[in-house]
Amino acid sequence: MSGFAGRAGARLTGRRLAVLVIASMIACALVAVLAPMIGVTPNRTGWHLDLIGPSALAPGSLDHAILMVRLPRVLASLVTGAALAGAGCALQALLRNPLAEPFTLGISSGASLGAVLAIRFGAERLLGEGGVGLGALAGAVATLVAIWRLAQVGRQLPAVTLILAGVAISMFCAAATVLVQYTSDFSDVEHMLGWMMGGLDAVRLGWVELATPPIVGGLAVLALYGKEMNALAAGTEAAASVGVAVGRTQLVLFGVSSLLVGSAIAVVGPIGFIGLVVPHALRSLVGADHRALVVTSAFGGAIVLAICDTLARTIIPSNHLPTGAVTAVLGVPFFFAILVANKRGVA
Amino acid sequence: MWLELTTVDVALGGRTIVRGASGKVSAGELVVIVGPNGAGKTTLIRALAGLVPVAAGAVRCFGRDPRTADRRALAADLAYLPQNYALAFPFRVEDVVLLGRYARQKGLGLASADDLAVARAAMAACDVAELTDRRFDELSGGEARRVILAQAMCQGARCLLLDEPTAGLDPAHARGVFARLRDHCDGGGAAVVVTHDLDLALRYGSAMWLVANGALAAKGPPRDVLASAATRAAFQLEIHLGTLPDGQPFAVPV
Repeated sequence: MSGFAGRAGARLTGRRLAVLVIASMIACALVAVLAPMIGVTPNRTGWHLDLIGPSALAPGSLDHAILMVRLPRVLASLVTGAALAGAGCALQALLRNPLAEPFTLGISSGASLGAVLAIRFGAERLLGEGGVGLGALAGAVATLVAIWRLAQVGRQLPAVTLILAGVAISMFCAAATVLVQYTSDFSDVEHMLGWMMGGLDAVRLGWVELATPPIVGGLAVLALYGKEMNALAAGTEAAASVGVAVGRTQLVLFGVSSLLVGSAIAVVGPIGFIGLVVPHALRSLVGADHRALVVTSAFGGAIVLAICDTLARTIIPSNHLPTGAVTAVLGVPFFFAILVANKRGVA
Repeated sequence: MWLELTTVDVALGGRTIVRGASGKVSAGELVVIVGPNGAGKTTLIRALAGLVPVAAGAVRCFGRDPRTADRRALAADLAYLPQNYALAFPFRVEDVVLLGRYARQKGLGLASADDLAVARAAMAACDVAELTDRRFDELSGGEARRVILAQAMCQGARCLLLDEPTAGLDPAHARGVFARLRDHCDGGGAAVVVTHDLDLALRYGSAMWLVANGALAAKGPPRDVLASAATRAAFQLEIHLGTLPDGQPFAVPV
């Protein structure tokens, strides 16, 4: 009935939280070291696995050059994966809906519209190659403000109103995106479609450097709001009754989540699904307690997106697949598996 | 005076639900609110908790307006048990009870030894100690009700506002809840309880408010209110009041 599998787990103690965080960090570090080592190169007979070793750390070597090509996208996938999954977890708590994620609110549609407009009106010629990312960030923030204004009834924010506002904004942005594409040059449209598929091919180290401080800072804030998210799981009135400053908490969680999603999308495009599946899967592993769930989701999102991106650039050697498509193709069956397991597992 | 309503009107969705309600609750009192379905009992208790805006009149909780007061500070004085309580995620029973300690926690909010001791005492008092590690969403209705009551009690508030705390409870547990509330009030606390259990309301209440069509139609000692013409008119029933062989009063609708 409840849709969640697994045991209830145990009470979260400082020691348990420390174990979870350290284990997540170790797993994340392993992926961060291994992912840039793995690559493929096409050759006459097909392709071969192109592993680079410790020699890559020596500047001037060929391996070092390869590492420098792979490193930005691995770092980008780690940072944006953490942002998307952490924000997904916070938005699920905020909306009291385990199926909510950054995209449910229309933030990514707004970001896509922003990016498409930036391409249409030549932002790259004006602002350099980060222009599209800036357009996406502006779109995400504009969407946030619009949803906030639309959904605000009184001092609090009913979850249903928020979801409806998100749906309405998504539809509006999708339609507007089509209109912009319809009136654009063919080459621009190709660029737009490439961006909207979500890929890390064009990621620059500089973008990662720009996006990392807000993402790390935002995740740190979310980690401190675990107890508020727990209280909000019972609804705004119940949360207010135990002492939560509901309006302020909602503003912080919504604002930080949007900053995280906006920064992530600006770097890697609209990669869906990480924010939905990672918190959902971890909930059955570490329990529902957001004090542990937010942190483990962030690390889990980093790990999952880094693995997906590594697959995206190695499955077909001659062609890098769009990472967003890989996360969806791999993630959807996984998601169904969770749903089926829950149906069987929960009496 | 702990709680004070002064000619309060509450309108929700353009409809006036509560009109002209005035009343006071002070230390040691166990006020029971009775009335037919849809009379405005829940809206009245939510107005006391500062959870709905007041269209006219004033609500005072420990000298503050609960709508504008800092919720964390208010939580030390006032605990509220809603009629419906649903969690969006599969929390453990103990975690749900510990949510009541929110206002006393800082930082990450991991439970302190003190939090745990208070939560365990509240769980023992509500007879849910053996449910500690169960999932809240898998409990029966009555069990879930007792868990939420334990949460409200472990908040440590002086005044408890409880909306139908005994709904779905078996007779022994329902009686146990009122006995705990009586203890709380005898120990210097206060409670306002919405209930349909007229018999328990008569036995344990120190004052009764009858709500009919949004207005406080009668106030006074439970025995007098239950025997009044206003109660008969509101429920369209006669309430038979009697005395058991051991001297305890009882109330039965006839």
